[in-house]
Amino acid sequence: MSTEIEAQGVAPGVNVHTHGTRRSYLIGLGYAVILTLASFWASSTDLIYSPGVPILLGVLAIAQMGVHLVFFLHISSAPDQTNNILALAFGIFVVGLLVFGSMIIMANLNHNMMPMDRLMQLQMQR
Amino acid sequence: MSAAEQALVDGDAVPLSLRGPAPTRVVAGYGFWLFLLSDIIIFAALFAAYAVLSGETAGGPTAADLFDKKHVLIETACLLASSVTCGFGSLAVQSGDRSSTYFWMAITFILGVTFLSLEVSEFSHMLSIGAGPSRSAFLSAFFTLVGTHGLHVTLGLCWLVVMLLQVATLGFQPMVSRRFFCFGLFWHALDIVWIGVFTIVYLGAHL
Repeated sequence: MSTEIEAQGVAPGVNVHTHGTRRSYLIGLGYAVILTLASFWASSTDLIYSPGVPILLGVLAIAQMGVHLVFFLHISSAPDQTNNILALAFGIFVVGLLVFGSMIIMANLNHNMMPMDRLMQLQMQR
Repeated sequence: MSAAEQALVDGDAVPLSLRGPAPTRVVAGYGFWLFLLSDIIIFAALFAAYAVLSGETAGGPTAADLFDKKHVLIETACLLASSVTCGFGSLAVQSGDRSSTYFWMAITFILGVTFLSLEVSEFSHMLSIGAGPSRSAFLSAFFTLVGTHGLHVTLGLCWLVVMLLQVATLGFQPMVSRRFFCFGLFWHALDIVWIGVFTIVYLGAHL
């Protein structure tokens, strides 16, 4: 283990504990391959109750993103990584707001919109 | 570990106001990490647009007609493998090993080019059957999202070539290894974005 401890924390991507080993990349590769194959399998199988498949795919994708963050970008909950984790948490918050906010608003607008044929009739009458 | 060392690990030993500036490597890495997060927010906006527009095919080809799963699996494998070889390359940079840096980074480059050529062949096939970005809102959103990712990969490959030239001319100066380190972060982040792309765009098409 490296004994160099930075007074101001470490940069993202630096893993002081497994510094200089290939193990973390290989473990990450193993997990990522399993999760990728699982999601390709889940999208084409009849074995899973079909309305549940999108949720399963979402869970597998988020799990794989976590694997990439931990094993490739070396993000951890160590005290010297507080800054990186806080920035990541804020990023995830904004991403969630953008994606789910847009989807909810657009679904709501679609729901409230007059059906196209009625709209056409209304324009004819004018 | 003694109590004093433990306190240093916990960051309590020296008050924040007395610690002095952080080393350049930490500042550069943190700044680049903020850039990557903002880049991911751009992709989030494109993902939101795709999610909203993916059903609006205007009578044209739908996602299920166009996308081939086997093709995407090969693309995913290329990008994942290149992420790992990039990690090995970063380790080689850290230990100052020139020949294994060249070796791993060359493999990363070849895998990246393979990924890009698969994507270009997919795009040109779609254009040739009249499924270009002007066909429907769904295809506009698709080409914007996947095209932006492809553009990032292209820029990453250019950056990789520049970095290898810098290693050849300048050697492993702290400046060069810092840039190489940022390149590694960029490349891994692109792989994270690709997870979203293949799940939402390609696997979501066949549900």
